[in-house]
Amino acid sequence: VEVSPPHGPGRGATPNRRLGDVRGVSVPSPPGRRARLSAAVTSRLSSAAREELRRRLLGLIEGHRVVIFSKSYCPHSTRVKELFSSLGVECNILELDQVDDGVSVQEVLSELTNQRTVPNIFVNKVHVGGCDRTFQAHQSGLLQKLLQDDPAYDYDLIVIGGGSGGLSCAQEAAVLGRKVLVLDFVVPSPQGTSWGLGGTCVNVGCIPKKLMHQAALLGQALTDSRKFGWEYSQQVKHNWGTMTEAIQNHIGSLNWGYRLSLREKTVAYINSYGEFVEHHKIKATNGKGQETCYTAAKFVVATGERPRYLGIQGDKEYCITSDDLFSLPYCPGTTLVVGASYVALECAGFLAGLGLEVTVMVRSVLLRGFDQEMAERVGSYMEQQGVRFLRKFVPVVVQQLEKGSPGKLKVVAKSTEGPETIEGVYNTVLLAIGRDSCTKKMGLEKIGVKINEKSGKIPVNDVEQTNVPYVYAVGDVLEGKPELTPIAVQAGKLLARRLFGGRLEKCDYVNVPTVVFTPLEYGCCGYSEERAVEVYQKENLEVYHTLFWPLEWTVACRDNNTCYAKIICNKLDDDRVIGFHVLGPNAGEIIQGFAAAMKCGLTKQLLDDTIGIHPTCAEVFTTLQVTKASGLDITQKGC
Amino acid sequence: MHQAALLGGMMRDAPRYGWEMAQPALHSWRKMAEAVQNHVKSLNWGHRVQLQDRKVKYFNFKASFVNKHTVCGVLKGGKEILLSAEHIVIATGGRPRYPTHIEGAVEYGITSDDLFWLKESPGKTLVVGASYVALECAGFLTGLGLDATIMIRSIPLRAFDQQMASLVTEHMAVHGTRILKGCMPLRVEKLPDGQLQVTWVDLASDRRDMGTFDTVLWATGRVPETRSLNLEKAGVHTDPHTQKILVDAQDATSVPHIYAIGDVAEGRPELTPTAVMAGRLLAKRLCGRSSDLMDYDNVPTTVFTPLEYGCVGLSEEAAVALHGEEGVEVYHAYYKPLEFTVPERDASQCYIKMVCLRNPPQLVLGLHFLGPNAGEVTQGFALALKCGASYEQVMRTVGIHPTCAEEVSKLRISKRSGLDPTVTGCG
Repeated sequence: VEVSPPHGPGRGATPNRRLGDVRGVSVPSPPGRRARLSAAVTSRLSSAAREELRRRLLGLIEGHRVVIFSKSYCPHSTRVKELFSSLGVECNILELDQVDDGVSVQEVLSELTNQRTVPNIFVNKVHVGGCDRTFQAHQSGLLQKLLQDDPAYDYDLIVIGGGSGGLSCAQEAAVLGRKVLVLDFVVPSPQGTSWGLGGTCVNVGCIPKKLMHQAALLGQALTDSRKFGWEYSQQVKHNWGTMTEAIQNHIGSLNWGYRLSLREKTVAYINSYGEFVEHHKIKATNGKGQETCYTAAKFVVATGERPRYLGIQGDKEYCITSDDLFSLPYCPGTTLVVGASYVALECAGFLAGLGLEVTVMVRSVLLRGFDQEMAERVGSYMEQQGVRFLRKFVPVVVQQLEKGSPGKLKVVAKSTEGPETIEGVYNTVLLAIGRDSCTKKMGLEKIGVKINEKSGKIPVNDVEQTNVPYVYAVGDVLEGKPELTPIAVQAGKLLARRLFGGRLEKCDYVNVPTVVFTPLEYGCCGYSEERAVEVYQKENLEVYHTLFWPLEWTVACRDNNTCYAKIICNKLDDDRVIGFHVLGPNAGEIIQGFAAAMKCGLTKQLLDDTIGIHPTCAEVFTTLQVTKASGLDITQKGC
Repeated sequence: MHQAALLGGMMRDAPRYGWEMAQPALHSWRKMAEAVQNHVKSLNWGHRVQLQDRKVKYFNFKASFVNKHTVCGVLKGGKEILLSAEHIVIATGGRPRYPTHIEGAVEYGITSDDLFWLKESPGKTLVVGASYVALECAGFLTGLGLDATIMIRSIPLRAFDQQMASLVTEHMAVHGTRILKGCMPLRVEKLPDGQLQVTWVDLASDRRDMGTFDTVLWATGRVPETRSLNLEKAGVHTDPHTQKILVDAQDATSVPHIYAIGDVAEGRPELTPTAVMAGRLLAKRLCGRSSDLMDYDNVPTTVFTPLEYGCVGLSEEAAVALHGEEGVEVYHAYYKPLEFTVPERDASQCYIKMVCLRNPPQLVLGLHFLGPNAGEVTQGFALALKCGASYEQVMRTVGIHPTCAEEVSKLRISKRSGLDPTVTGCG
């Protein structure tokens, strides 16, 4: 189809809505600050904004069968709309006079199509032209041909990886009427563990972790309960098998639920390993080694990460990782946890809570990237609960002394600061030193998708697009994004809506709350104190903090100076809260609402003005008075 | 005591999580009461120490007004002390109301003032009333393994969102509390064996019924402690109906230098943290340190029933009354806490609802959360409401997985849509 010459009226439009406002999605601004004026109102677009708009328009054009750029008062536009309506074809219509950046849209459109006027019609990504051209195409039969679905590809979308991000993207795309395939294949761990649909979170992450954490908390509850008048004479023991079976049953039901949900939404699911072979084409290899190829217009890489090994003698042979722990058929016994990531500390925490002897070997700092004051407090509570920490050591060799379930392993470790080596004997060695992206064996190089060679992560722009335009990525494989289930779910869903639903909302990676489910839970949102100082300078910050004593701990006679609350405020911006940290029971439940408040521009004054809910732990944030700078005592006096 | 009851629930869960106990645990009221009372006594002591540290003079006596600037106190020996002050703050609170018109009520019944100080288990208990006090007491008594019945004349948790209130009582019934709705006690008699025989009437059928209990607990409301204050001598006005002290926005009574705060003041929420903050702000104003007034809007609160109910902002009824059915959009969800899955606990009443304005940006007017740790969940959202949160802003907040609170940030189903609000899976 030739590019049509200019025709029709091209008067300026009255800007009253932005392109982004199709369904009332607008960028929020904190109260008390004036919303920034849309830069798109004038036609003087920065090159970045122009590029951005261009991509949006292309997205709109690529994501819909028929797109009409129109003006609500234009009679030619009306005729075209009527034509498609008479053909029974659903159109995606953008009225340029009803969006704020209509002028800019028109400008970018004219660059794309060499046509400045409206209506401007695209059918199945092909630029048809204006009103006359469209009617001509209708008469010649070309329009009908164009309207037939693009037959070139088997699918509109293939998602590689059936975890939180991949599934949410696939399902949303299917809801929007697209033909979608999900490829999911779990490569067994070196110990032979594999699992069902749903990815890390459901099978070997958040879900079993939180349930084992809950089991450990119940152990604490049993101890507390005596102080609250509950009487039971016998010694209570924990049965690993009962717990694991119950948890695995729950996971099994979730796997099943995902499969059902895919079927209901008519998403095709194949339990095969996906590998790009050429542009728009992927080879799927199933467990029996049978290969089938599929093509698609668009791809989403959501393959996530798997635990890293040390690369020392005996690690893959004898050590386990979090991939194995949650379905371990026997109690791990005396355990060495290697690493200080949140996975390491969470696993060490609940194993100790279940009554096992646990040692954590830490190369340098705890919870790298988190607020270090909080991290140390997390660690010291764990120590108090009987977890042993070996700081500044790394394992160099793991040997098997005895086979069994569990067996006996000898670990030799050397100091990171000198020639000193130590040895220890454990039943189980759990590696939790980090995770590697699953991006290296899937043929990304064949189609030219760039990855960070060192980390294996995939760099994307702010619409989760890789350097190859039809390939997108979500979830833990993304470079520089938080590795969290809800983020992946949100990113996947919004990506599908942008690709196929004409929506523009992007995933918001700012002020993402997160919680570490250590024996004493640690929740945070926004900046760590270190990072805040780096960004805003110490003199511009005020840190408020306090220790607190949960009411439930008083009667249980648990320590009164362990739980801790801290907020970091920016003095230059109305004491806005830019970092929020809580260490205490139910930190996860506490922090969610505060994260929402931070989205709305939470300030210290607003915290002070809010009434506490009595008696809770969360209320402590409404009465924070002591600043760190003051050096005043924050310990709570006991009885 | 609620925590003691929750621990009982956890002990029932524990075997499913692998904790092996030969026999189910039994509860000793005596032990719990002693531990709770010891903690309360330590708090009493702490308050006295704090007053001393801050050089506040404290008298342990019952005070009453002599005139606008003078109060009189009677010491133990009968000696009278007169104290005068420039400003006087009345913060005498309230005490549980006895239904004196019911025969045997005062003689044989107890109130929450007594319950927490009982040395021995109350045994089989009838709780009369539908206030949060009534529901909370009946709830934890059931949780401690006692036979508890609650008798409600009309509706539970008046002034709270009524859909939430009925879910709360529905859960209590499932949890084992016997609920007698639409009933009113007529008489309490003591039987020769020491048990209390209660006669009540079913208001709908006018049928009379009887039951025996070890304890009858009145939780039918509270009376402000104003009668013995001789308020008329100072000229302080009270509401003739509620007997609470009439106050203005500055917390001043009809006498400008006499103030009233907390439960004794008319029209104030009966909540500790509001009283604390009102007191603090009043002191600052009296010292000329600030002119800030107490903001009684969007006060969050939590009812510690077996399944906790936290709320902030408007109930659905209040929002509709204010903005009309067409002006309000309600988003809601029935969810299942992850921790409930392994022990196969019933989650039928775990429910969240967010009441919003219907027009964009859909300002959040109220949040109602029924589930574990509701107090902890609600506090942060109270802040969000204070910040003027819109529905979209809450939805754009990334959830914390896996928690109950994250369900709030995933409320996608509006009541108006009529779609099934049951959350399935993690998506």
